[in-house]
Amino acid sequence: MSLQALTYLVVGASFALYIGIAIWSRARTTGDFYVAGKHVSPIANGMATAADWMSAASFISMAGLIAHLGYDGSVYLMGWTGGYVLLALLLAPYLRKFGRFTVPEFIGDRYYSRAARIVAVICLIVISFTYVAGQMRGVGIVFSKFLEVDVTLGLIIGMGVVFTYAVLGGMKGITYTQVAQYCVLIFAYTVPAIFIAIQVTGNPVPQIAFGADVAGSGMALLDKLDDVVTSLGFNQYTAGTKSTIDVFCITMALMVGTAGLPHVIVRFFTVPRVRDARISAGYALLFIAILYTTAPAVGAMARLNLIETVQTGPVGAVDGNLEYAERPDWMRTWQATGLLAFEDLNGDGRIQYYNEANPAFADEAKAYGWQGNELVVDRDIMVLANPEIAGLPNWVIALVAAGGIAAALSTAAGLLLVISAAVSHDLIKGVIHPGISERGELLAGRVAAAFAILVAGYLGFDPPGWVAQVVAFAFGLAAASLFPAILLGIFFKRANREGAIAGMLTGLVFTYGYIEYYKGLFLKWAGAPWGENVASNWLFGISPEGIGVVGMCLNFAVAIAVSAMTAAPPRSVQSLVEQIRLPRTFDEGRL
Amino acid sequence: MQDSSITTAHRAYWRANLRLVAACLVVWFACSYGCGVLFVDELNAIRIGGFRLGFWFAQQGSIYVFVALIFFYAWRMNRLDRRFDVDEE
Repeated sequence: MSLQALTYLVVGASFALYIGIAIWSRARTTGDFYVAGKHVSPIANGMATAADWMSAASFISMAGLIAHLGYDGSVYLMGWTGGYVLLALLLAPYLRKFGRFTVPEFIGDRYYSRAARIVAVICLIVISFTYVAGQMRGVGIVFSKFLEVDVTLGLIIGMGVVFTYAVLGGMKGITYTQVAQYCVLIFAYTVPAIFIAIQVTGNPVPQIAFGADVAGSGMALLDKLDDVVTSLGFNQYTAGTKSTIDVFCITMALMVGTAGLPHVIVRFFTVPRVRDARISAGYALLFIAILYTTAPAVGAMARLNLIETVQTGPVGAVDGNLEYAERPDWMRTWQATGLLAFEDLNGDGRIQYYNEANPAFADEAKAYGWQGNELVVDRDIMVLANPEIAGLPNWVIALVAAGGIAAALSTAAGLLLVISAAVSHDLIKGVIHPGISERGELLAGRVAAAFAILVAGYLGFDPPGWVAQVVAFAFGLAAASLFPAILLGIFFKRANREGAIAGMLTGLVFTYGYIEYYKGLFLKWAGAPWGENVASNWLFGISPEGIGVVGMCLNFAVAIAVSAMTAAPPRSVQSLVEQIRLPRTFDEGRL
Repeated sequence: MQDSSITTAHRAYWRANLRLVAACLVVWFACSYGCGVLFVDELNAIRIGGFRLGFWFAQQGSIYVFVALIFFYAWRMNRLDRRFDVDEE
């Protein structure tokens, strides 16, 4: 069977599975629609959370990003996992005990304020749309690459599938589909990784192969990689280029932002008990860690593979580089997609791949007769082309396509659901029309989900130039706005309405302003960015990616100071805080 | 407020919880920010197999520690819930 037919078969089968699950588990009540009736087992919720969390970017781009960045890539590995510790210890059990449907609902009740709830809804919608636009784009790209359909058609098919199970099944449908999607994506990720590990080091476990010797060389993989990349003028793989304070702040912003992302938090509303919320975060991180500890190993091995394919002999030797005419098949295939490009600048018929941006290496390169880097490789290839580089059978390639689509769809569906819940539950039922019936609210939720899919599809079809840049903004915003408000709501009984609103707005405005000032988001027409985005200009040397941490600290400081200067929250709210701190529910009078 | 003994027990439960959370967060911080970021260069002088230790913490070790920490916390909290009789059934 041809690769094309096989890919259609595997991807089609996975779609049939998702839709089948959605029909089996369709939502009948608003409780089903928002929080899957709170009947999800902790392990299933862990898998669903993992699929929700790991997006097309995690699946396709992360290993390549780390391969490119080396040690600097650690900020993503630690940042996107460490947040689960904060979730499990500081947020999830208490929010589960609170026992309602949405994050803005908690903020509205805890701070006895409709205004606070609306601020939270605005933060949630901005964060979630930012994210979902990138996911829909990922769906379109995977479709066009593997199924060779037009990006737009791929996008419409993807929207149709998400529409079916998100609108029909709500949280219940999404949860069980995500369990299936997790299985597909983790299988698709680890199988090629194991084969590559065996090829490069002879050890089948990528996490161990990462620290093993390269087969036949007697040299550790990372040492060899350090040698090879530095000999071509690249930065040493195991050392960083970013300043320590910046690495620190970016990692922190990603961790805290993770813990503050509404589509992640809401997953912990779906389990039956408080103790399930705690352990479920553990399972979620365990399932995430399988991919996140494999990715850096894949990145390192793929980087070495790529360089050794091109640099076949000693650096600088006339015949040390691969002859263009003899390039392997996978290079030819990926050249056709435009993700890999070659230009023979010095006309020697061979491929030179090195760091032309390094001034210290320029003279050496010149002495070899090299006139610039000739090979441009899109980082996303590292994972997508892995099965071909390793010479794996076609079914593995088909599986990687299904895995990439599963990763993108599961994240998109989770995000669309929190958007629809924020609209139907927080805005329509909470603010505009509190008397709405159960059936009316369920219908509103479905209409909101459908509408959100259309908007997301549009954003994915025609992504504004700022989509990639606002991802940093989404994390910074979550870290600087929602996280402190929720944390203080649980751990600081004295925190009141005035403090929370002032704190959220301070964190929001500061973080947004800083990113706008250096990167330009929505105010390009007014001349943004105004400051040159270089380290010497940054506040304390913190890049816009890490500035959410400062926004978070400001939020905490303002919220605590304003709370201390204004009236304490009412008794009923104080006893609500007492209640959410205890797993069992006690009578009001006994507290 | 009527039954002060229950309030006292609940306060003790909350304090025990905070102590446990603080201890876990110290480990969380030490492994990721300590070993993986702040002291990465010092630790890189130590080698474990083919890894430099600081690099290993940044790209592998800290993630393992995070997973272990959550399971440890969940286990200890379940014990604490029962000891203070605030568990769910």
